Amino acid sequence: MTENTDTTGTESRPDPLTPVLTRRWQLDRSWSIDTYERTDGYTALRTALAAHPDQLINLVKDSGLRGRGGAGFPTGMKWSFIPQGPTGAGAKPKYLVINADEGEPGTCKDIPTMMADPHSLIEGCVITSYAIRANFCAIYVRGEALHCIRRLRRAVEEAYAKGYLGRDILGSGFDLDIVVHAGAGAYICGEETALLDSLEGRRGQPRLKPPFPATSGLYASPTVVNNVETIASVPDIVAGGSAWFRTMGTERSPGPKIYSLSGHVERPGQYEAPLGTTLRELLELAGGMKDGIPLKFWTPGGSSTPLFTAEHLDVPLDFEGAAAAGSMLGTTAVQIFNETVSVPWAVMKWTEFYKHESCGKCTPCREGTYWLVQILERMVHGEGTPEDVDTMLDICDNILGRSFCALGDGATSPITSAIKYFRQEFLDLIAAQPAVARPEQLADLTGASA
Amino acid sequence: MTLSPEKSETRPVPEGHVRLTIDGIEVDAPQGELLIRTCERLGIIVPRFCDHPLLEPAGACRQCLVEVEMGGRPMPKPQASCTMTVADGMVVKTQHTSPVADKAQQGVMELLLINHPLDCPICDKGGECPLQNQAMSTGRTDSRFVETKRTFPKPLPISTQVLLDRERCVLCQRCTRFSEQIAGDPFIELLERGAQQQIGVAADKPFQSYFSGNTIQICPVGALTSAAYRFRSRPFDLVSTPGVTEHDSSGAAIRTDSRRGTVMRRLAGNDPEVNEEWIDDKTRFAFRYLTSPARITRPLVRGADGVLAEASWTEALRVAAEGLLAARAEGGIGVLPGGRLTVEDAYAYAKFARAAAHTNDVDFRARPHSAEELEFLAATVVGTTPETGVTFSALEAAPAVLTVGLDPEEEAAVVFLRLRKAVRKHGQRVFQLGQWSTPGVEKTEATLIPAVPGGEAAVLRELAAGGGELVDALSATGAVVLVGERAAEVSGLYSAVAELATRTGAKIAWVPRRAGDRGALEAGAVPTLLPGGRAVTDAAARAEVEQAWGLAAGTIPAEPGRDADEILAAAADGVLSALVVGGVDPHDLADPAAALEAVAAVGFVVSLEIQRSAVTELADVVLPVAPDVQRAGSYVNWEGRRREFGVTLDATGVLPDCRVLDTLAVEMDVDLFTQTSAAAGGDMARLGSVAASGAVPTVGAADAAAPGYGQAVLATWRQLVGSGSLSIDEPHLAGTARPAVVRVNGATAERLGLAEGAPATVRTARGAVTLPVAFADLPDGVVWLPANPVDAPGVRSVLGAGHGDLVGVTGAGNLDGGAA
Repeated sequence: MTENTDTTGTESRPDPLTPVLTRRWQLDRSWSIDTYERTDGYTALRTALAAHPDQLINLVKDSGLRGRGGAGFPTGMKWSFIPQGPTGAGAKPKYLVINADEGEPGTCKDIPTMMADPHSLIEGCVITSYAIRANFCAIYVRGEALHCIRRLRRAVEEAYAKGYLGRDILGSGFDLDIVVHAGAGAYICGEETALLDSLEGRRGQPRLKPPFPATSGLYASPTVVNNVETIASVPDIVAGGSAWFRTMGTERSPGPKIYSLSGHVERPGQYEAPLGTTLRELLELAGGMKDGIPLKFWTPGGSSTPLFTAEHLDVPLDFEGAAAAGSMLGTTAVQIFNETVSVPWAVMKWTEFYKHESCGKCTPCREGTYWLVQILERMVHGEGTPEDVDTMLDICDNILGRSFCALGDGATSPITSAIKYFRQEFLDLIAAQPAVARPEQLADLTGASA
Repeated sequence: MTLSPEKSETRPVPEGHVRLTIDGIEVDAPQGELLIRTCERLGIIVPRFCDHPLLEPAGACRQCLVEVEMGGRPMPKPQASCTMTVADGMVVKTQHTSPVADKAQQGVMELLLINHPLDCPICDKGGECPLQNQAMSTGRTDSRFVETKRTFPKPLPISTQVLLDRERCVLCQRCTRFSEQIAGDPFIELLERGAQQQIGVAADKPFQSYFSGNTIQICPVGALTSAAYRFRSRPFDLVSTPGVTEHDSSGAAIRTDSRRGTVMRRLAGNDPEVNEEWIDDKTRFAFRYLTSPARITRPLVRGADGVLAEASWTEALRVAAEGLLAARAEGGIGVLPGGRLTVEDAYAYAKFARAAAHTNDVDFRARPHSAEELEFLAATVVGTTPETGVTFSALEAAPAVLTVGLDPEEEAAVVFLRLRKAVRKHGQRVFQLGQWSTPGVEKTEATLIPAVPGGEAAVLRELAAGGGELVDALSATGAVVLVGERAAEVSGLYSAVAELATRTGAKIAWVPRRAGDRGALEAGAVPTLLPGGRAVTDAAARAEVEQAWGLAAGTIPAEPGRDADEILAAAADGVLSALVVGGVDPHDLADPAAALEAVAAVGFVVSLEIQRSAVTELADVVLPVAPDVQRAGSYVNWEGRRREFGVTLDATGVLPDCRVLDTLAVEMDVDLFTQTSAAAGGDMARLGSVAASGAVPTVGAADAAAPGYGQAVLATWRQLVGSGSLSIDEPHLAGTARPAVVRVNGATAERLGLAEGAPATVRTARGAVTLPVAFADLPDGVVWLPANPVDAPGVRSVLGAGHGDLVGVTGAGNLDGGAA
């Protein structure tokens, strides 16, 4: 899906705003600590260490920063849930865990961030750990991203060597150790409690909540779990202030955001823009639809967010805008499909992913995806029955809101939204339509060559 | 259904409770209660699979979804009632009142069934299957699933005892959670993910757990089945009878399922005060002795030709009575009832000894024992009841527990489970005076107090005198000292325990291994005590008993009788002329060879047995008695709790011990009034009991033996699964026994020339045992052997040595005179 992805391809024409998160990406050796320091790196850390931790929490609250992992939970509020004080849960060690297990189909913002500018994440980790009074931070990186893990580990070594990590950071008396932990490539481990179990060396399956990670997370201690992009935004908030941060984006979804454009666009890649930017604007940045073939459907934030169609070109892509239009902002992984793509085929491929990645803990997700895949595969092979569409909708209804974690809900999004907008395409696949029964035709239908 | 607001206002919410509404019914529930439990109390059964009241919530199956309204706002998604706790003002709608909950439950049920095989007609669980039942109540009548089901090869043996059918599994994780949380044996785990997720074991580690059978019982489908019961029966053909375990002193409730006179399987009964819902595998699976070819169902009399031949009851009883009367007139009769009797049967033996044999030479202890033990039991144990002594609940609540002469997992498995529960729930401190960190020590996170065998008493005295961690822990209110029967093998240990308890205020509980030991003590089947804990030496007590029994004054000898070892010695020497022997295996005694010689040497032996044994081979008259399933009665468990059970199967030709003794006594012209268990129990109850009396023993601590060159001090005790007369004919259970090894620490191994994994030979002048070496944290100069390895003679029988004795140890190389 991410052909020709140019990880440093922030487009400057037309320039809606000075890039923030991606501003170093095109610099020479952008990942080195020298480049980072030369471009104001680690100055925010000095500012932060001079402040009281509570001031930092309030600053981030004021900035309105919301989690970039998909759910959009207010970051400052999450930090303020960490119990502090000498007694009870506050007396336990606190932990910061960075969710870098980027696994949502279409999502490719965190790995480029860590490849091109790992120190922005590390600086964010130090500031955040200081704010929540954690002395240990783990960055849980998707295991397949080996190059990224190596680069991040090198950056952590550099930061230790320069005194940004370790004992008595910059003479502040604050200690922090960062461990870069390689996951094993399971989608479920992007779910924060499964990630914590995996980090503890257990089988990665979601935990029962409550207790929530804020009180009983890693090793049953208070833990903040944040996405890479969220934490990489923190140094800029500290440096620029909450008011500056709020000049970007919308009232309830402030700040810049990396939109990952993939699929049938002329120049796929990462596009940083303020929250609330529309697909129409993003397409302009990306040079429009590939070969001028019209847009058919797209995901606003990965495959777990319900599909949009060409009708939704002007939906503001922020948390409220996407929700109001019947989807979710998700990870802003904008997967763009043109008229050549069969919706049922794309939905089948996504569902195969969910079936493959279902952790198996709860019945609806484990059995539901197993069933849905078989129906979709049968339909795409031209053996659908008239009942299939209704059956699928009913299965989705039995999964959505019934599964243990949100991943089961996500598995239903592509199906229910695709049937909502493209029901006829599914109906066309019932057995009475022999044209699609021959697999060699499917390649043409689907754009699978892309 | 709505309730008027006035009503709820007039009724205050009790302290620590919340008030909520379920299906329109207002209910008060204790804070923290799970919704599904509150529903149960109202009689609203929400379907469920993963939920189990004794396991931590999982929320995995999603079958128990209900609609919940909090603060007037409905929650957006249906909630799993097995994980959600009650809250004030909560409004809950189950499948009975909420279409959403009903649809959610129907949906989950349909999903559970898509990959479930339709093999109910051949499935062991069919007919008692929660999935089957709930598919009826909550499922569709037809399936919309026309695709391909997931399949697995089956069944997969995950131990010799437990078979796994992964196709039937609904992945509720009850078995894995039980093994991890309750038993502490996490040898089964979830593997793979998604629809391929399955239960499995590691390639080199089968499901070796003493409690594995519980997973079969709590499996809500037929995924886990037992090799012993698989395909044997249909649930609806079985007759279920409640019972009590005969395999240990826990008094665990069991359920015996039989079909046409044959026991097909046994299950754990539910008794929250005793075994909760768990039993060990020996209790569950070891019942094949009932149908063993060695069973005796007709009386046998040794003829003039010296061969045992079947005889009528009349004939056998006449011969027995004549022989015993002659012996009584001559040197006297010794009575060895054994430790597997109900309290009523033990009472019959105690009364038979006094009334018919005119002796106090009666001792139930078919194991190493001591006079110190009797003093200890008379002073601290006899007569205690759950009201006055330690109970399972008290044990669970105890802040600290010390075990002495007892490895609970091996010798009192249900006690072990309670200790582990307490350790997990509230961090109970467990101390174990022993030799090495056994699996049970590790699973109760116990602090091992190591002692060289024989030197335990000295170690305990030193700790008691010195103060410190153990004394501090035991000084807390509610602390308990559990002492096992093995304390009798170490001189001074019972005395040291009594002293420690006096010093710290900890309560003492005596946990014998056998089911009948405690009851036999209460019944007076010991040389120093009459029924009800009355001292033999107490003239008033004797007179009271003689009067109650209608005996002539002075019938009961004023002197305490001989203990079991002394009875056997006297028999061997010809001082005693006859023995009446119950369920005693000479190989369990301190010196098996001497015991066998004594039984062979004595003039006349009457044996009351359920199956052929070393004693019946030597007996003059063998009277077949009933095993538990064919008798009624009650055990007194280690708590002093009376555990009654009824007859499971009609007896054919066998009678309970109390009836046999009663008839035998009648032949001897004495009436015991123990024709039935109820009669014996009533007779004993009329006598009543007195409080424990006498001084605690004050035997000084002995020093442990000092091993010379090539020697070590032997430590040994029984393991739960091993050889034993009630474990015969059960190969599947035997397959789950822990491997028999010689345990030794690294330094001692080096000194003795032993290598880990290589065979070592432990020998005495009498014999030798060769087993592979495994390292453990034993004290220097100590080797440990399992006392009862599967399919091998017991250590005492082979070596003639026991716990604390010196043995020679050689490695494999040394065996060949240095050839290696």
